[in-house]
Amino acid sequence: MSAPAQEAASAAPSTLVTPPAMAAEEKLTKKALTADHPTWCPGCGDFAVLAAFYKVLEKLQYPHEKIVCVAGIGCSSRFPYFMNTHGIHFIHGRALPLATGISLSRPDVHVFVFGGDGDGFSIGGNHLNHAARKNIKLTYVIMDNYVYGLTKKQTSPTSPLGFKSKTDPTGSIDRPINPMKQLLASGATFIARTHAAQVKHMVDTFERAILHDGFSVVECLSECVMFYEGSFDDSTPRKGGTYDVIDEAQHDVKDDIAAYKLADLPSPGKFGVFYQVDRPTKNALEQRWIDDTQAKLGGASQKDILRRRFETMR
Amino acid sequence: MSTAPAPSPAAVQALRNAVIRLAGNSQDGIQSIGGILARLAGRTQQDVMTYMTIPSTISGGPSIFQVHLGSGEVLHPGDESDVLVAFYQHSYDSHLSALREGGICFYDSGEVKELKHERGIHHIGVPFTAATVEAIGGSARDRGKNIFVLGMLCAVFRLDKDKVAGILARQFGKKDESVLRNAMLAFDAGYAYPVGDITTFRFEEGEHTADRRISSDGNTMLSMGLIAAGVRYGSAYPITPWSSIMETLRTELPKYGGIYVQAEDELAAVSMTIGAAFAGHLAITGSSGPGLSLKMEALSYASMAEIPLIVVNVQRGGPSTGMPTSIEQSDLMQAIYGSHGDAPRIVIAPQDVEDCFYIALEAGRLAREYSCPVIILTDQALSSRIEAFTEPDLDKHWVEPTLDLSDRGADFKPYPLDAITRHAPPGTKMTGKYPHISGLEHDEYGHPSGNPKMHQKMTEKRRNKLVELSKKLPLPEIYGDQEGDILLISWASNLGQVKESVNRLRAEGHKVGAAHLRHIHPMPAGLDRLWKNFKKVAVVELNDTGVYGYGQLAMMIRAAYAEPKIQSICKTDGLTFRIREIVTGAEKIMSA
Repeated sequence: MSAPAQEAASAAPSTLVTPPAMAAEEKLTKKALTADHPTWCPGCGDFAVLAAFYKVLEKLQYPHEKIVCVAGIGCSSRFPYFMNTHGIHFIHGRALPLATGISLSRPDVHVFVFGGDGDGFSIGGNHLNHAARKNIKLTYVIMDNYVYGLTKKQTSPTSPLGFKSKTDPTGSIDRPINPMKQLLASGATFIARTHAAQVKHMVDTFERAILHDGFSVVECLSECVMFYEGSFDDSTPRKGGTYDVIDEAQHDVKDDIAAYKLADLPSPGKFGVFYQVDRPTKNALEQRWIDDTQAKLGGASQKDILRRRFETMR
Repeated sequence: MSTAPAPSPAAVQALRNAVIRLAGNSQDGIQSIGGILARLAGRTQQDVMTYMTIPSTISGGPSIFQVHLGSGEVLHPGDESDVLVAFYQHSYDSHLSALREGGICFYDSGEVKELKHERGIHHIGVPFTAATVEAIGGSARDRGKNIFVLGMLCAVFRLDKDKVAGILARQFGKKDESVLRNAMLAFDAGYAYPVGDITTFRFEEGEHTADRRISSDGNTMLSMGLIAAGVRYGSAYPITPWSSIMETLRTELPKYGGIYVQAEDELAAVSMTIGAAFAGHLAITGSSGPGLSLKMEALSYASMAEIPLIVVNVQRGGPSTGMPTSIEQSDLMQAIYGSHGDAPRIVIAPQDVEDCFYIALEAGRLAREYSCPVIILTDQALSSRIEAFTEPDLDKHWVEPTLDLSDRGADFKPYPLDAITRHAPPGTKMTGKYPHISGLEHDEYGHPSGNPKMHQKMTEKRRNKLVELSKKLPLPEIYGDQEGDILLISWASNLGQVKESVNRLRAEGHKVGAAHLRHIHPMPAGLDRLWKNFKKVAVVELNDTGVYGYGQLAMMIRAAYAEPKIQSICKTDGLTFRIREIVTGAEKIMSA
């Protein structure tokens, strides 16, 4: 293993979650983080998500080169192009396994995954379950607009019953996924819900998610003004709705049954952190296995380890 | 063995090679003793090649293991056996026809009741089960009879008893003490069993003396080659016959500071591997036929995004679930073209077990150098058969893993049109803008681009890497005659059988050569020089001749060179080629 890789491997995963010291040579500003002008439609909720993410990064001041933005396919998945950070725009539904490969092999970088409801709950649904149960160290923001926007208005896995789309002209007949309940069942260790129209709440929630040592998921309601206008009016106070934030004095975030009950409330439901527990990440467990295995090898060089293996084949 | 056994039990006959077929059920441990015989051969001066069939049922079902031991170069696992060991009546009935005229059949006299006295075959009944129970004690039932047979064969072939005991100790020593003791009891009983009126045999001194030799199966050597190539990360999903590679990597990589992840499915496996590659590592995923199909979308991405990646495909009988424990070489077109879009990637194939190690090294080198996916097309026969060969020289071949995080200047472009892509992985400080890696068609900076000229130029860029590579690849050497009646072209595990076929055809007076392709796509430029001086060409491969009458590699070569003299020798019975199948096929083409 090369020197930087060794350095990376030896860094305890827990050191990654504390806000690092400010990078000496460069202050991470919104300007430094801005890349291409977003291609989203005017009025799209995703602009606010991007702005909130800039704010969080300005606050955390991670080294610029250690930030990685990953996405699959969808309107929201264009996110990495708008971030002047290392970025990769992958295929539909597979952003999480790709990010898993980065996270496990590079404990020195901060992995952020962005995507929509189709990417996360439909074509990539199985990956969400497994990244959650394995507790991969990364943060996943699902910008949920209850509709397929990039392909121009088909039903999504979170479209409510009765939603009229090009694939359900008389109204959706399939029961939508409840993201919070699914995530609770799959074993995610940080589960939260926020709203693109609530910038401060979004920033706070993102920050808590990023500082969580494990698999953190934030469902962020983000309106598609082109194909599902008014979808989140009931949770938008200026449109007469109510934005009801979880009172953590009343709700124990370690209590999954209580979280499940909160998740079952009718629309617009609650916002905030539903669930958060500490459980060793796969990153840490794999590193422990590496350390235990290597401890038994008596400091043999890697070449000699393979030579010894050949000796058993003689 | 050249002559039938002589009647005197005291006689010892020297022989150059022998084929032993063990036929029983899969749970009898015949693969285990076959493997021990093969390892023993590799440890002495004998050459060895094995062949096995395994049922795809979960437990049980007829199974065979064939060992070809020889004092010279052993090219193939043997068409016919010299010795058959039949554990059951059904084993006897199914495999007696594969025993050569005058061969020896050992059978379990407690199981096999109806004998066919034909073709001068010597029948020797031995109560494998009863004698094993007697040696170990009543609680053993029939467990250990495989070791009893091993002892018996050691006596018949005068194999090195101490070395066998050493292998047994290594194999069973880690378990309960009584397991090794029982194994030794069974072995000694078999060794001492009076098989009666037969000659014993001794192999002549072998020819491999200078080099340190090891014996292994192909999947193990491929795994070792990947480690030596600097692979430390990757991910896969279990599927036969690929699984043993991922099991080995999962177990071995932590020793080297790496991680091999068992993914939730094939799509996740290839995606995680691309993630590790994007992160700057040499990474590997793998599967068998159906699993490779599931990875295809991501493989096109890797071509488009120019991600270096190693993908192993251990081919098996298809399509669909097909014949999961049998051999076929029918994924060649899938490996080259099985994706959407024009997605160039490199396809290479190991030629024998030893080469599984070196092909992995080459895959690592090519993936890095050309920044694209490299598919290693191996097959079920190579995956499980055991061969003996020279231990790789790690001082010469070891590749230290690298992670290049050096600062990149303001002029850095992830996708330059005039140079091969060299990615700047996460963690790299950028003086200019940070790079975006993209599956959308992109400009040199990775920005999405719908510009028609840009798509044309980038498509050419991705393709021309392979064109350049084809010019650097060496032409395969021609084995046998350099000009003449027919040139046999083969790939993957068929090398040995094709060489032996050349030997036989030349002995019959034909002028025959053979060339073996390791570089399947791109093929070495100027391949047509190979067959310039031959009247006919036959491509020998284990796949179907399809609608147009040619196998998959034959189609590729015909398409590339528009050469009408190229014909096919193909079959799809799930078994490796027998020499006589190739010889007959070549004779037919020559006389046409």
